[in-house]
Parts: sequence; structure tokens; C-alpha cells
Amino acid sequence: MEKCKGCELCVHFCKKDALQISEELNSHGYHYAEANPGGECTACMVCTLVCPDLAIEVYNE
Amino acid sequence: MNKVFISGNHAFAEAAIRAGCTSYFGYPITPQNELGEYMSAHLPDHGGVFIQSESETAAINMVIGAACTGARAMTSSSSPGISLKQEGISFLAGFELPAVIVNVMRGGPGLGNIAPAQGDYYQATRGGGHGDYRTPVLAPESVQEVADLTYDAFDLADRYRTPVMVLGDGMLGQMKEPVVFPETRTSLPEKEWALKGRGDGASRYMASLILDALEMERHNWKLVRKYREIQKNEVRYEAYMMDDAEIVAVAYGTTARIAKGAIKRVRKDGIKAGLIRPLTLWPFPTGIIQDLSQKIPSFVVFEMSTGQMVDDVKMALEGRSRVYFHGRPGGIIPTPAEFARILYREYMLLKKG
Amino acid sequence: MNLKNTWPIYYKKDVISHYCPGCGHGIVHRIVAELLEELGVGDRAIGVNPAGCAVLAYKYFDVDMIESAHGRGTAIATGIKRMRPDLFVFTYQGDGDLAAIGTAESLHSANRGEQIAVIFINNAVYGMTGGQMAPTTLLQQTTTTTPRGRNAQFDGYPLHLTDALAGFPGVTYAERVAIDGPAGVQKTKKALRNAFQCQIDGLGYSIIEVLSPCPTNWKMTPVDSFKWIKDVMSKEFPTGVLADRREERRQHAG
Repeated sequence: MEKCKGCELCVHFCKKDALQISEELNSHGYHYAEANPGGECTACMVCTLVCPDLAIEVYNE
Repeated sequence: MNKVFISGNHAFAEAAIRAGCTSYFGYPITPQNELGEYMSAHLPDHGGVFIQSESETAAINMVIGAACTGARAMTSSSSPGISLKQEGISFLAGFELPAVIVNVMRGGPGLGNIAPAQGDYYQATRGGGHGDYRTPVLAPESVQEVADLTYDAFDLADRYRTPVMVLGDGMLGQMKEPVVFPETRTSLPEKEWALKGRGDGASRYMASLILDALEMERHNWKLVRKYREIQKNEVRYEAYMMDDAEIVAVAYGTTARIAKGAIKRVRKDGIKAGLIRPLTLWPFPTGIIQDLSQKIPSFVVFEMSTGQMVDDVKMALEGRSRVYFHGRPGGIIPTPAEFARILYREYMLLKKG
Repeated sequence: MNLKNTWPIYYKKDVISHYCPGCGHGIVHRIVAELLEELGVGDRAIGVNPAGCAVLAYKYFDVDMIESAHGRGTAIATGIKRMRPDLFVFTYQGDGDLAAIGTAESLHSANRGEQIAVIFINNAVYGMTGGQMAPTTLLQQTTTTTPRGRNAQFDGYPLHLTDALAGFPGVTYAERVAIDGPAGVQKTKKALRNAFQCQIDGLGYSIIEVLSPCPTNWKMTPVDSFKWIKDVMSKEFPTGVLADRREERRQHAG
């Protein structure tokens, strides 16, 4: 969350709506990307490809 | 190798190879082309790397690359090409990387001509490049000294982690004299600070960029402490016929040889002239000149320029003695007779009181 | 639960970069760090960073790095690699660094076939200094020094330096890729892998030009920047392999 700069690339490229931009701000003043509870992450890793800030961690359950 | 008859340009190169120089990068420019040519022929035989770079600017940056790995690296050029290297020299100073830069001076400014001159003194000793740094500058007067001082330059550079300039001129570069070369270095101490790839340890970076002004200031004063050490330990000069001198000439390089010739002449007429010949232009031998100012009322500064080193002499004298400057710029090589006339006249003025 | 994407070991831990939101540098830095690890060359790598936004790249890459005066990276890399052919040497340069002030060094290091990998980040603008025209700025593109749009008559044409270098026999591998989406990012990694492997195999000089987003100076959102690369920039600078002499080199060596 702290690393995110709110560039929204991950939200845009996620095909499963698994990410969204938070209403909240991180300590750097960015609306950070967060998991969208309504979406269905398949751990495709596309978000991590386009994230310039290594701000996303993807877990396998 | 015993005594060999060799040109200054070749001696620069041979001495460097013997000092353990393993990389040379340079671009042709008269009157020092033979230096690079010698390197191209001989450096690879000693396992070294020679590259004729695309410009003098590229060459100094290749030196930076080689130097950061710990190698003894060298480049050479003449006046206009040295101007092109100034950014790189400033970077070397900022990085605290050792390197040897040879300038075989020619007439200037601009394209100038290919004849010998000493018009780059300011450039050499006052930085030339941007920022708060100093470059040790060694000034040989003979081909033997070309060999000795170039050899020493590498040690000086490594000892203090600084670029070092060896300042010659076209005459020195082209003329041939007998030389006994120092022994080839067979081993050199390891450089802990060199970049080798992080291996098992922490990565390191070399940067001259220090965005935080307080940190930058600290770095600047750190460099000043280093330069003070160099000023304390590394001043070299020759005192020629100084025991009973009443009038003192100050000159370096080729000009000093000519001045010595003039002094020999006037001594025949009973004129007690002597010469202080700086071998290090930076650090300048301020101390000896200051000492002499207590008893020598008259100094004559000879340069093959319109007057650059004379400033350092005046600063050292702090107004205590008279300074007369005589210079020939533009590639003119003065004669001993010419200098003798000046010494004679200054001596007469001195005696008149 | 296990983490699928571990932090790259050659990327300094937990840094938050100074790069703008959506900047291509972050993506390419990550790819480079991953490749150094995957190819096992991180411990013996020396990177040369440029003047430009990536002047602080040494804060991010956890390998030995040296700063370069603007444009001189390939000359410095030459000095390093010639003295230490056992090390893995790469430069990371922007369009001004590589194709304006550094043109001579870029061209001649390529011509000499230096065994280095050159990463050329092309964002069609001078980022760090506030958005001036770059050699690769497109015609009609407005920048702070082409406020009326780049005009061929006064400002020249977008420079295709990589295409020119590709014609040099000294160049083993040259490719242009684009950060225009996840697929573009994958292709970028593949191209850089080829370039790095080229040096590892002793096959010579490689250059990868990466069309990279600069949302701040293009005055677009990051998402739109990616689109601009895909729809506009790639038309001027088409992606693809521009030179591949690896086979020729292998045969020559073998």
C-alpha cells in the first residue's frame, strides 16, 4: 500500500476486476490500489507485470 | 633496459607501461600522436588494453571505466583535446578515482598551432573542469624527467585517489634524449575500493552526484583535506644555482632549460642568478618562494605564455619582492640569449637600487 | 498461502522509487533485476547509470553501479568491460543520454562491437529536466522546447538511432520493444534476456530500445500513456528485432 503511487495500471489491465483504487490515501498522498473483494483474482500476475513499483504481492491459496 | 635514446612522447608511454599502466585510451592530436602510437604497438604486448577512442571526451570516460575497476589507466592529448576532457577530469576528482592525463601543450587558444607552448597552466592547476577540486600537476623538463615523473604520477594518483596531470609541451614530446627507465612494476597493491561486482557482499556504487547539500559540502571539505595532505607531502622543485643567488628566475618545463642556459651565460659576467624550477605546478612550491622573499628582492618569471604561473609566484611573494614577467606565447621557443638579456637588465635595475 | 512474486534479490529491499506514477523505469528496473537473478550474473554485474531520471538508478539496483557523465555511459562501460571481461556490464540510458549528447559514444561502442548490453529507454522527451524535446520526440509533439509542436524544418526528424546501429556489423543483437501493456512487458523481458545472454555467451554488443511511458511530461494518465505508445509512438518506432547476428557470431566462434 505504501509503495503504490496510484497509477491505476493494475486496475486497468486486470481482467478479473480484482483490483480497485482505494478511497483512502497512503502516507505519500496517493490513492492506492487495493484488492477488490468483488473480483476474482486468478493469480495471473498481469498486475505485477505492469506495476512500476513492486507494490503488489500475489498469493496462491 | 639501460640507457636509450628516445623521444618524449615515446618516453611518456614506455614509463607508463613500466609503472603498471594496463589501459590507454586516446585520440590523435599533434604534437603527441607518437604517444598513442607507441601504446598501440606495445601496450597489448604487456597484456594491456589500447583503444583509439572516437574523441578525447570518449577517451577520458573510458579512463573512468577502467579506473573504477582498479586498473591503472591513462589518456593523453594536447591543449584543445584536454579542454574536451575537463568534464571527465572533474568527474574523476569527484569519484576520487586515480588516473594519469598527459597534456603535451601546443599554441592556443582555439585550434592554435602545433608548436610548443605553456598556455594551459591555468587550465591544469586551476581545475579546468568545473567544481571545487584540484589536480596534482607534474612538469618535466627533460625526457628523463618525462619518464620519471610519468612513472611517479601513477603512484601519486593511486596514493591519493586523484587524477594527476603530467604537463609537457610539443618540444619535450618530440625531442629525443638519453633516458634510463625505472624498473617495470611487477606487482601492485590491491584496491579495496574498486568495483568488481558485488559477489557475496553488499553492492557498491560510485557517484559524484550528492544531492543533499550538507553531504556535498562534507565531501568537498573531505577533498580539501586530501589536497592539503598533497600540498604538505608532495611539493617538488629544483633549486638551480641558488646558493649565492641574488636574483631568482622561476620557470618550468622547456622554459626552465632555456632559463638555465641564460643563467649559465650571465654567471660568466658575474651576475648571481639562480632558478627555482617547480616540478609540481600543483601543489606549487609556495614555501620556498615565500622563504626566498625574505632575502631575494627580485624575481623573473619566464613562461612560454602570456603569463599564468607568474600569478602563483606573486601570490607566494605576497608583495615582498619585485616580479618581472617575460613570456613568449603562441608556439615561439625563446632563446637563452633572450632570457639572458632580461636577467642582465633586471640585475642592473636591482643593483641601481 | 505462498507468495508468487518474491522481491528480486538484485533490487534494493523495500525502496520506494522517486519515479513518477506509471513511469516505465520502474517496470524495466524490475525486469532487469529479475533477469540478473535468472541468468545468474548479478554478483558479477556492473551497471552504468545515466544522467536523467535514472541518475538515481543505483539506489534501486542492488549490484555494483557507477554513475556516468551525460551520454558517456557506453564509453565507461567500454573501459570497464575491456579491463574486466569476466564481469557482466550493462548501461541503462535515456534518449538524450544515448542519442543526443552520447551519440558518438553510443555509435562507436556499437561499431567496435563492445561486449556490453545497452538498455535504451526511449520516452520521446527529456524527463528529468522537465520535458524538453528529445531526439526521438515525434513530429508535432509538443514539449517545453517545441511549444508549437516539433517541426521537421527547424527541429529535424525523430531519430532512429537503433535502426542505424542495427546496420553495423559490430552489433550482434538489436531489438525495439514497447511498454504498452502486459504483453509488451513480457516482450521487453524476452528482448532483454536475449541481450544479456548475448554478452554471457560472448557474442558481442546488444542494444534494446524500450518505448517507455512518461505520463508526467506527456501530460497523460499512465493508462493513456500506455495507449499512446501502442497507438502513436509505435507507428513512428515500430517494435521488432532490428538486427540478429548471433548465429553468425556463434559460427565464427565455433
